[in-house]
Amino acid sequence: MTYTQLAVIGVVVVVLIDLFVARTRLVTRRAFWVPYAIIVFFQLVTNGVLTGFAIVTYNGDVIIGESTPVDGPPPFIGEGRLAFAPVEDLLFGFALVLLSLVTWVWLGRRGIQRTPLAGPPIWRRDPEHAKPETASGSRVPGA
Amino acid sequence: MKLAYLGVLAFILLATGWLEIVLRTRVYRRWKRLLITIAVPVVVFVIWDLYAISAGHWGFDSDTTTGIVLPGNLPIEELLFFIVIPIASVLSLEAVRSVKSWPVGDETTHAAGESR
Repeated sequence: MTYTQLAVIGVVVVVLIDLFVARTRLVTRRAFWVPYAIIVFFQLVTNGVLTGFAIVTYNGDVIIGESTPVDGPPPFIGEGRLAFAPVEDLLFGFALVLLSLVTWVWLGRRGIQRTPLAGPPIWRRDPEHAKPETASGSRVPGA
Repeated sequence: MKLAYLGVLAFILLATGWLEIVLRTRVYRRWKRLLITIAVPVVVFVIWDLYAISAGHWGFDSDTTTGIVLPGNLPIEELLFFIVIPIASVLSLEAVRSVKSWPVGDETTHAAGESR
């Protein structure tokens, strides 16, 4: 199979896991999409380094674009590339990030180190929720 | 230059690590949950990576990687990538939650019956 095909399958499978297997439904939450937007920006930067300097090289037979040239960087944008990387990498990265976050949230739902919850930022005063949460609702074992 | 790929990974750890302190993400502090979280994408994506390497989908430049290669021609950087990215992803999620308090889905513990 090509990278293009695998990347599409990867996204579909992980989204189905999120919706129907783990039932974390992260793709329905802005609490997922806003962090993802931040992540994808940094993905373009860091993956741009990996692909622009040809630290990782790609075979043109299995992606929409051409092979990474031997004598210089691939196109910055266009010809199946974005920020030097094959557009397939966006799907690959999405699947990796979503699977990671689905696992994290699923574990929390099962009561595995659900607390201490994140926050508040250090510039905010001690919150109403931090203290009681750590004191009481810390551990309810999943069956 | 042998350390270029490792340098990118170190940058990702540094660029997200401060969130643990400044936004009190408490991700590293919940290290057991984090370790299990990492294990799942590591297994899935290392398998994908090994297939892609063997099928010639992608390759790695010997001048900008350490040359430490695991069985299956997997550069050590690739394994570390699948550890670093989940950590950075969880830190990003919890950082936004710290500031915005939007529901993520694990605010309450779900009984086994409900979660399947």
